[in-house]
Amino acid sequence: MIRPLPTLLLAAALTAAIGSLAAQTVSSGLRGPTPLNDEGPAPPMAPTRNTAEREARNYPEQPPVIPHSIDGYQIDIRGNKCLSCHARARTAESQAPMVSITHFMDRDGQFLASVSPRRFFCTECHVSQSVSNPPVSNDFVDIDTLLSRAAPGGRR
Amino acid sequence: MTASKLDRRQVLKLEAAAMAALAGGMPAAATAANIVTERNEAELKWDKAPCRFCGTGCSVMVATKENRVVATHGDIKSEVNRGLNCVKGYFLSKIMYGHDRLTQPMLRKTGGKYDKNGEFTPVGWDEAFDVMAEKFKAALKKRGPTSVGMFGSGQWTIWEGYAASKLFKAGFRTNNIDPNARHCMASAVAGMMRTFGIDEPSGCYDDIEATDAFVLWGSNMAEMHPILWTRVADRRLSAPHVQVAVLSTFEHRSFDLADIGIVFTPHADLYILNAIAHHIIKTGRVNKDFVTAHTVFKRGQTDIGYGLRPDHPLQKKATGAAKANDATDMSYDEFAKFVDDYTLEKAAKMSGVPLNRLEALAELYADPKTKVVSFWTMGFNQHTRGVWCNNLVYNLHLLTGKISTPGNSPFSLTGQPSACGTAREVGTFSHRLPADMVVNNKAHRDKTEKIWLVPEGTIPDKPGYHAVLQSRMLRDGLLNFYWVQVNNNLQAGPNINEETYPGFRNPENFIVVSDAYPTVTALAADLILPAAMWVEKEGAYGNAERRTQFWHQLVNAPGESRSDLWQLMEFSKRFKIEEVWPEELIAKKPEVRGKTLFDVLYRNGQIDKYPLSDIEQGYANDESKAFGFYVQKGIFEEYAQFGRGHGHDLAPFDTYHGERGLRWPVVDGRETKWRFHEGSDPYVKQGTGFQFYGHPDGKARIFALPYEPPAESPDDEYPLWLSTGRVLEHWHSGSMTRRVPELYRAVPEAVCYMHPDDAQEAKLRRGDEVKVISRRGFIRVRLETRGRDRPPRGLVFVPWFDESKLINKVTLDATDPISLQTDFKKCAVRIERVAT
Repeated sequence: MIRPLPTLLLAAALTAAIGSLAAQTVSSGLRGPTPLNDEGPAPPMAPTRNTAEREARNYPEQPPVIPHSIDGYQIDIRGNKCLSCHARARTAESQAPMVSITHFMDRDGQFLASVSPRRFFCTECHVSQSVSNPPVSNDFVDIDTLLSRAAPGGRR
Repeated sequence: MTASKLDRRQVLKLEAAAMAALAGGMPAAATAANIVTERNEAELKWDKAPCRFCGTGCSVMVATKENRVVATHGDIKSEVNRGLNCVKGYFLSKIMYGHDRLTQPMLRKTGGKYDKNGEFTPVGWDEAFDVMAEKFKAALKKRGPTSVGMFGSGQWTIWEGYAASKLFKAGFRTNNIDPNARHCMASAVAGMMRTFGIDEPSGCYDDIEATDAFVLWGSNMAEMHPILWTRVADRRLSAPHVQVAVLSTFEHRSFDLADIGIVFTPHADLYILNAIAHHIIKTGRVNKDFVTAHTVFKRGQTDIGYGLRPDHPLQKKATGAAKANDATDMSYDEFAKFVDDYTLEKAAKMSGVPLNRLEALAELYADPKTKVVSFWTMGFNQHTRGVWCNNLVYNLHLLTGKISTPGNSPFSLTGQPSACGTAREVGTFSHRLPADMVVNNKAHRDKTEKIWLVPEGTIPDKPGYHAVLQSRMLRDGLLNFYWVQVNNNLQAGPNINEETYPGFRNPENFIVVSDAYPTVTALAADLILPAAMWVEKEGAYGNAERRTQFWHQLVNAPGESRSDLWQLMEFSKRFKIEEVWPEELIAKKPEVRGKTLFDVLYRNGQIDKYPLSDIEQGYANDESKAFGFYVQKGIFEEYAQFGRGHGHDLAPFDTYHGERGLRWPVVDGRETKWRFHEGSDPYVKQGTGFQFYGHPDGKARIFALPYEPPAESPDDEYPLWLSTGRVLEHWHSGSMTRRVPELYRAVPEAVCYMHPDDAQEAKLRRGDEVKVISRRGFIRVRLETRGRDRPPRGLVFVPWFDESKLINKVTLDATDPISLQTDFKKCAVRIERVAT
């Protein structure tokens, strides 16, 4: 994977430090400012992010999120629209990423001729993303960042 | 993600520059190239742990580095999930790292002193426990042990649930302890106890690969049990003869795999179940040998009410409410006559389901050549006749003998990771003791007191306040000290506007909430205790198929956070036995005099028996270090005494750290996949074929139970049904998953799903802001007329994961009168546009 640039890292570290100093009051960003015995307005529904640009994964085992909208996609006993671009045979034409090779394995780890039926419902693991901003940030640190912090002379 | 995107050439150029800089200015080591090659740097420490979320009980592999979780993935060695996770499971790595983790106790204070209306102020553990103990003792003194209570969880580890139950039932001598599992599968428990006399499913997940048909009764497995759904999909799609029937009050994602999709009028499932029994009998497909040898027939009490407050008109009117769980004997012929009224034609009319679909469904059960698995979750259990639904589906499997053999399986799914392992098996319910025993049975109390090494008469003989009753008693000012652990009842419980919230804020009461995050329940409390979560402590969970799974502590909890186990045990040190037990009880065991509850309950010669050196090398264990003995092992081994030799056998403690779980009873080192069947269950005697040994006569019960109407139905003023429920991407109240940005963005907020024609008739459009209003309260939410949930006309669906839209302000706290579990699937609402 691509190593994050030093300046970006530093900026991220600074933001995190300021954030932790400020986090003294108990409130819930997920609830918002509305008191528990009142109900605040519901913000408009956020549209789904719709692009071909991929996001970096948090770790190699993470199922990639879907960068595009899948509104109205049929994934049922009659058909799976995702495979019309992501199936092995379709990727040259679509330039979409091929379904991972793990998806060809059955329950016993044996490779099948096509995608295993246990992987048929793509949306069990792959989800598209709305453009909304999560009100609570997450301090997960990925392994590359962790290793670069630990490196001699590293940016801890 | 990143603000600007670079093309491939720009990226390569920057990489080259970065590499040059590294080579010039820094020691090479493992950072010399853009790939880490040095073994001790690149190596991750991988350990197994069960998933933190639902009752499926997937095993995950957890990678740690420098005291942090850096990756997780599905455990290839696990029988349950064989390498797969759902989207929530794949993001487990991030659930502990929400930026607003609670890291120190917080007490409401004004001017440096506790004040119910004060601001949350950081305090040390000593001060927190001082105030807690003071409030606790004041309540005890004023009103006695019925004025203190605890609300726990199906997410407690086995030892946490055990330590809590023992502390309250034996230490504080109150049965006012209940788990949030009451909201989740109490109806399944009562259904099991009535039909089989013993709790938890006869079959296991192996039934999925062995069956010919799946019937989902009020279960959206595609979203709520995704990994089991991958197994169902695998079976259905790779064996074309297999059929899937899905029953619900609205269409959802599980219908995507359905051969027989059935949307029925709420509550008409009672009718459909009886009609299938009728169909089996009428078409001569009763398995007479099985029925004669292994079942008896019972007529259940009727007109049992709705678990509402006693002064509610519906409750006053119910003639059978006081004896809801009673039943009388009846014959097969009488049973056949009873279901004679329930024809498929009538069921079609009552339920609004086309007759041919009901016939196809009935045939899955009736056809002796078709093996059938029934799955159910909240559609059945959260139902004012939920216990009856459970009994009625068992009827179908028993009439046809389709039970306890591979592929024939009535199977109640659970929503929490240890609803079975902790809530049910440990017996953290207000009426229960370990291994299916109950507090109102003298022999059961005697046995428990003996194992617990406390005197006869310690445990109170009446059930305590159950979940819904706890909220009512808080509101009424009769439950004055209340401790909540690992649950978010102010979001999850019913009718919070009229009961729970006023109860929490009642000036008579002191409310303590232990949690990892500032949930709405924590914010409504008076004292918040920061909790260690998941792999920050050593744990054990039991999943829906009786599988007990262990994990090690893999990282340290942040700041001052401590596990619920530590909190319970440490708090017990604040009580001298004379402060909580009456003289006559102490007189029966004088050696306890002057000791603390910690000494009597935990340092009792059993729990403190195992030294720290028994802890597996290379793992931290904060509680054991704090108390000086291997706490988890001691508790587990004391607890295991209850089940060994009594159909609930657990393997020795250490075994579980090496296994991907084992399904109890584990006898002679072997797990049990199918209970009650000769050959697969060691408790079944040779030559009997089947033995339903939960009942003394070894026979299962087939129940005659009628249709009775729901507690509240739509009318002119509130013309729509409201059903609440969950979504795939968020787990329950969302306190973990909504702090994972990817999951937040996947489903950022709850919406109100409505049929497009209903919307059009009300002059509403997708995206409009509406109020969902009931007799009890309202929320504001956006209207959705498309997407994954497709209600029929006359019903709206609102998921409850979103704490900014507390839909349980709207729901009704009517319960099943036997299980005391709330019906979250049925109440009457109206929808209004929010004026702009």
